[in-house]
Amino acid sequence: MTTNSLTTSRGAGRAGDKVFSGATLAAGCLILAVLFGVALFLVIQAIPALVAPSADIQGGHGFFAYIAPIVVGTLIAAVIALVIAAPIAVGVALFISHYAPRRLASGLGYVVDLLAAIPSVVYGAWGAAFLAPQISPAYGWLASNMGWLPIFQGPASATGKTILTAGIVLSVMVLPIITSLSREIFLQTPKLHEEAALALGATRWEMIKMAVLPFGRPGIVSAIMLGLGRALGETMAVALVLSSGVLTASLIQTGNQTIAAEIALNFPEASGLKVSTLIAAGLVLFIITLAVNMIARWIISRHKEFSGAN
Amino acid sequence: MTVTAPVARKRSALTKGQLPAFAPYVVLAVALVLGAAILALIGFNAFGWGLVSAILFAIGLVGWSALVEGGRKASDKLATCLVVGSFLVALLPLISVIWTVLVNGIPGLVTPGFLTTSMNGVTGSLDNKSVDEGTKVLGGIYHALLGTVQITLLATVISVPVGLLTAIYLVEYGNDRALARAITFFVDVMTGIPSIVAGLFAAAFFFALVGPGTKTGAVAAVALSVLMIPVVVRSSEEMLKIVPNELREAAYALGVRKWRTIIKVVIPTAISGIASGVTLAIARVIGETAPILVTAGFATTINNNVFGGWMASLPTFIYTQILNPTSPSNPDPSSQRAWGAALVLIILVMLLNLVARLVARLFAPKAGR
Amino acid sequence: MSKRIDVKDLNVYYGSFLAVEGVNINIEAKSVTAFIGPSGCGKSTFLRTLNRMHEVIPGARVEGEVLLDGDNLYGPGVDPVAVRTQVGMVFQRPNPFPTMSIRDNVLAGVKLNNKRISKGAADTLVEKSLRGANLWNEVKDRLDKPGSGLSGGQQQRLCIARAIAVEPQVILMDEPCSALDPISTLAVEDLINELKDEYTVVIVTHNMQQAARVSDRTAFFNIAGTGKPGKLIEFADTTTIFNNPSQKATEDYVSGRFG
Repeated sequence: MTTNSLTTSRGAGRAGDKVFSGATLAAGCLILAVLFGVALFLVIQAIPALVAPSADIQGGHGFFAYIAPIVVGTLIAAVIALVIAAPIAVGVALFISHYAPRRLASGLGYVVDLLAAIPSVVYGAWGAAFLAPQISPAYGWLASNMGWLPIFQGPASATGKTILTAGIVLSVMVLPIITSLSREIFLQTPKLHEEAALALGATRWEMIKMAVLPFGRPGIVSAIMLGLGRALGETMAVALVLSSGVLTASLIQTGNQTIAAEIALNFPEASGLKVSTLIAAGLVLFIITLAVNMIARWIISRHKEFSGAN
Repeated sequence: MTVTAPVARKRSALTKGQLPAFAPYVVLAVALVLGAAILALIGFNAFGWGLVSAILFAIGLVGWSALVEGGRKASDKLATCLVVGSFLVALLPLISVIWTVLVNGIPGLVTPGFLTTSMNGVTGSLDNKSVDEGTKVLGGIYHALLGTVQITLLATVISVPVGLLTAIYLVEYGNDRALARAITFFVDVMTGIPSIVAGLFAAAFFFALVGPGTKTGAVAAVALSVLMIPVVVRSSEEMLKIVPNELREAAYALGVRKWRTIIKVVIPTAISGIASGVTLAIARVIGETAPILVTAGFATTINNNVFGGWMASLPTFIYTQILNPTSPSNPDPSSQRAWGAALVLIILVMLLNLVARLVARLFAPKAGR
Repeated sequence: MSKRIDVKDLNVYYGSFLAVEGVNINIEAKSVTAFIGPSGCGKSTFLRTLNRMHEVIPGARVEGEVLLDGDNLYGPGVDPVAVRTQVGMVFQRPNPFPTMSIRDNVLAGVKLNNKRISKGAADTLVEKSLRGANLWNEVKDRLDKPGSGLSGGQQQRLCIARAIAVEPQVILMDEPCSALDPISTLAVEDLINELKDEYTVVIVTHNMQQAARVSDRTAFFNIAGTGKPGKLIEFADTTTIFNNPSQKATEDYVSGRFG
């Protein structure tokens, strides 16, 4: 074949295609590198704390004696948050998807999203300045009436700055996360299933039990897991609300501490080995939240139809 | 059953055995009165009244329904009460937070010079004096506002290109390859990184690269980018996906190269959604405290250089003013400044959310004659 | 301003699935050729191989030769983008660019490729293309309005104007009237009749009356069963295909006896 008129085209344009697709690929790889870097740099900076002699670590009994109580404190705060937030969040999601009038639904969804828009430091300030004093009489009542339960053992904190208050503030912060994901899943319930249930004479609640909840169950579970991830890593609500201390079973005394708050409170003034210790603590938090989030994502990806939520 | 009775004037068989339509209102009125009575016995307050009345209302309505309509209808009513109740409960903190910030923040915000001065030279003794002698509270948030704007701007400049290009890779070039699936998965994982860990990462990265104790606005911006990139990727990806394939094919068929098609056709079509997603991402990171706390340090003075020296920001300003008041013996001036700053921050975030909605509406492709 | 197309032993694949097998066809310049056949027989797929739009779909590939006035579209070093500037395409559903005005839609092929064009030349090109698509009189007063504000038939003619503004040799049309009402269809069919004075036109259609009305030659594609490749059964003058086909399958199809 002689001169093919189709090959003599502008070479510059072809180069543009290569450059552009290369740039997008590089950006994608950069993200993977960043995530890898998060892990790598945390490990590098954490190593001194992990290998240092026990006596040099804060508390004098080595890193694991230092981290264990605040890991437990983190879990306590997160569990309190979820116990409060999960049922309410699912209720709110149901309200918006199946109870509220159609015309109001999206507006109400926006109102709940506003909860997510408020910065965490404002929640912390609100918890410390408003919620804690308001709620401390209730703690006094709990201590005197239900003090036989270890978690309500007195004497109750007079300021109300306890892990339970912190947990309540956390629950407000994770509520919109669980709500928005659950709402999206409830709205995806096949209309046919719903109408089949209603045609059988089911009440609205029976329809929800028969069609909506079974369909949405994996989605709700993963939404709660994502909420857990947020609650574990949330810093400000705890740092500002909790007057921290040693690990205690009672939720209404001062005491307990979470990883994130421990870092935030101590990192700015830390130096030397203390920096390493705190970064190691951050690494522990990273691993815990990573595991929780990966499980949540795994549940979502098993049910592809729930994608599109974050 | 023989139907001999006149058709009119008879209660429909379809509504037999149901509560009358006015039942909820009757129960509500009774519950409010009873609630007020009970609260009057133990000391009245509005919150308790609402709570007790709501519980009484639920018990009354469900109980009445159980008597008249039977268990199935009653449990339906109970579920309705719980669902509506949970929504109302969720509104409480929202209203309370906004109310608290407004009430406490307005005195700080209206103090002259609050937005235009920094904390440079404001000492504990000045605060003590303002409390003792009732003079105006000195000091403001100008330095923090400036820091927030600079840090957020730099974070946006880093995040938007990376996030948008990644989204383009995933939608236009990824073709469900292993790499694309890995990126999608890890972007999802990244959205779950605790903000303080993002801060520690940036700190650890710069400690290793520049030297221990490196704290500047740029380090904070890197930390915020780690939080912002996944949000930008996810929202841009969604927006690019809904651009109809027909438009891409139309451009290809005109002999337009793929990259030009993406830049000139796909992105303009999706730009409103992308811009609104970016604005929401900014709104999300502008209020982040923990990552800035560990990366930018605290400053009380104006710092115009994002690459050198400690830098203040609104969230860390609020945090330090509450936790470490300028005058430990008289924390009120500090707390007034903190609430003023909180009000400014909330207004900023709400404005960004509003802008995001407007952008999404205004720049959407129009179908009009 | 028009070129002939010769296809030799063309196999079209989606991944490992053979969608169209062994097509040999010679399409004359300045003629209208219609592809007819049942759904899924591969006529649209085949059409998309004529300007290398087929390979836009991930995993899609082609074996064989398509010669445009003797130049192989699939020869080594051939730039698909250059192919598409010579072989334009109009799609099933009208797809004007929603972000652009009517004028910009017509100029899209020029502007998107960043070619410099003076305002006067652009005005001339817009008018010429819109006149060529029988749309000028309907839109000349609102060239700066969005193209998506037009009716379906007008949008489709706008897409044709957009295609001819690139000055191609060949125009491919993939069921261009299937989303249009009868009056708009008539307008587009009239246009096709005029286009063949300057261009080689290839049209895929489900509508046999349409094929009979607009085309000079007709190709009948058929498929033996699900999962089997589509094949070119018969290619002849349109009158022959509809009145005196040589194949039994063609006769059954055009007379409505399917099978």
